[in-house]
Amino acid sequence: MSDSIDQVFISAKQWLLSFLAGAPDWLMQIASSFLNIGAVLGVFLTLFALISVLERKILGRIQNRYGPNRVGPFGLFQPVADGIKMLIKEDIVPNRADKILHFLAPIMIAATAILALGIIPYGRNMTPFAIDGGILFFFAVGSTTELGVFMAGWGSNNKFSMLGAMRAIAQMVSYELPLVITTLPVVMVVGALSPDAIVAAQTGYTFGFVPHWFVTTPWGAAAFLLFFVSGLVESNRTPFDVPEGESEIVAGHMTEYSGFKYANFFMAEYFGMFAISGLAVTLFLGGWQAPFAGLQFIPSYAWFFMKLAVLLFTFIWIRGTLPRSRVDQVMAFAWKFMLPMAFTCVIAAAVWHYQGRGLAGWFWSLVVVAIVYFGLSWFLDTGKKFATRTYRFAE
Amino acid sequence: MNSAAFVIIAIVTLTGALAAATLPKLIHAALCLVVAFVGLAAFFFLLGAEFVGLVQVFVYIGAVAVLIVFTILLTKRDADKPDKFNWGGVIVAIAVFGGLLWAILHTPSVAITAAQIPPLTIKQIGDVLMTNYVWPLQCVGLLLTAALIGALVLVMEEKQ
Amino acid sequence: MTPTLQLFLIISAALFGIGLLAALSRRHAIFILIGIELMLAAANLNFVAFWRFGPEPQTPTGVMVAIFSIAIAAAEAAVGLALVIAVYRHYRTTNVDRFNQLKG
Repeated sequence: MSDSIDQVFISAKQWLLSFLAGAPDWLMQIASSFLNIGAVLGVFLTLFALISVLERKILGRIQNRYGPNRVGPFGLFQPVADGIKMLIKEDIVPNRADKILHFLAPIMIAATAILALGIIPYGRNMTPFAIDGGILFFFAVGSTTELGVFMAGWGSNNKFSMLGAMRAIAQMVSYELPLVITTLPVVMVVGALSPDAIVAAQTGYTFGFVPHWFVTTPWGAAAFLLFFVSGLVESNRTPFDVPEGESEIVAGHMTEYSGFKYANFFMAEYFGMFAISGLAVTLFLGGWQAPFAGLQFIPSYAWFFMKLAVLLFTFIWIRGTLPRSRVDQVMAFAWKFMLPMAFTCVIAAAVWHYQGRGLAGWFWSLVVVAIVYFGLSWFLDTGKKFATRTYRFAE
Repeated sequence: MNSAAFVIIAIVTLTGALAAATLPKLIHAALCLVVAFVGLAAFFFLLGAEFVGLVQVFVYIGAVAVLIVFTILLTKRDADKPDKFNWGGVIVAIAVFGGLLWAILHTPSVAITAAQIPPLTIKQIGDVLMTNYVWPLQCVGLLLTAALIGALVLVMEEKQ
Repeated sequence: MTPTLQLFLIISAALFGIGLLAALSRRHAIFILIGIELMLAAANLNFVAFWRFGPEPQTPTGVMVAIFSIAIAAAEAAVGLALVIAVYRHYRTTNVDRFNQLKG
């Protein structure tokens, strides 16, 4: 019974495809691909609308005020109002801007963000496109986003846009290295680049209640934290949102965009967040597996989206809590701290594997990670003294 | 192998490459180069070497194209003036292409179609990299380190 | 037309010719680099095509050469572009006809 609820979307797709029963092979493949694409787009566009209003409400609550609550019950129809507003705004293109580049940039950024969503396993047998080198595809597509950012900055013929684009690209390129290197331990331990294989390698429970997710190992926990922070930077979220910081550089590479194109940039940022969170769930948090052996009756896609929701809430929480970092602080953090820690995770994973993947492996990999972490903290300490922090609350 | 896919990818790649070579504005040429690289990656997928296609997108588009675009940005003074076109180069290029075409068409042994092969998995590539190709792998690592240090030294501002 | 090896070789020869065109007939240093990258990419396509249509597809020799070639092309592009920036700082132009101080 729980099996059929688990596979309900697969059965629905097979039922829809059965209408084309006599068609040639290539037509069936194209129809199947289109159904997959439609499902992914439908789910994630709805999730985008929901998260955009939930983010404003959660940020509001963190800042001791209500978020939007006028449109619809609890303000949940706010995205509809936002969408209508964006669509009816006048589309202004600067006179001396490069028209083709200015037009193509938001499309390219949004397209590459959506492409990355295609290889993530959303449930048992529910990967839209199962490629052998899925993780490599994800990073290849993610690195193409930088070109879109450059097109946006250059095509606007505006010094602020150009500066913002250069900062954004510098930040994204620097953090791509820790992002890719922290996935290396997982790929090394599993022995495959396919996300399905990585999820399948995280089955099993010790003592019935400790799941074999990679985040429960020391190198996995460190790699998960580094991956999460790199994901924060890659999607230009606070505290690393210098490229779109309003008080610093107007809107960075998005300055000269209005109306629907700006909504496209906004959507691309959120889709990037979804993709990175989805990959973090797949690589470290066990994908669609249940955390305890007794809870396996809940369908696999429900578990995936619950874990995704927890990660997205953490993204929003960090945005509401931390101030923006300066751009040179961001770069120094990447090259001086995150890169050595990422390499340490690879070494710690190797230690864990060769010590037998049991308790001895857990202990020795923890020792490796701890030594490098405390060594780096001592080495990078600038010795600056800060004033005591004072808090002022609204009465 | 699908002939419709082959024709479309060939048209996209050759148009992109031709645009990259002949457009007057540099930034448009760099972006058409990206289109040509995407077409090439599609060719690699068509030929069954998916790993090479993915590495092509990752390295060429994600790194080399971004480098080219950044350099255009940093050397911007001459970017707006379209430069002189040297027609002698066109003649040489057409001559070379003609020579290669003659050589290809006069070799009967290359007029073959592809046999069905088992798909090349990444695990096989990894195995081969660590056994037969270990020396080239380490040499490429050294080469990349040398290139990294060299590029940094070249662009570092000298202290006055 | 089913793609035969001849067709792939013709496409890669055409790409090589276009790369040569870009490298020989433009006067901007970055255009010449674009031409060089196109020529390298055409050679990669050649290698993988020969691997695919060749007698022994189980040994991935063509694929391995293509992978190493892509890595080396990236290194060469980085150093080449660093050279262009360094030369631009000195000459204030990227027109290769003006780089004539070592002439004669």
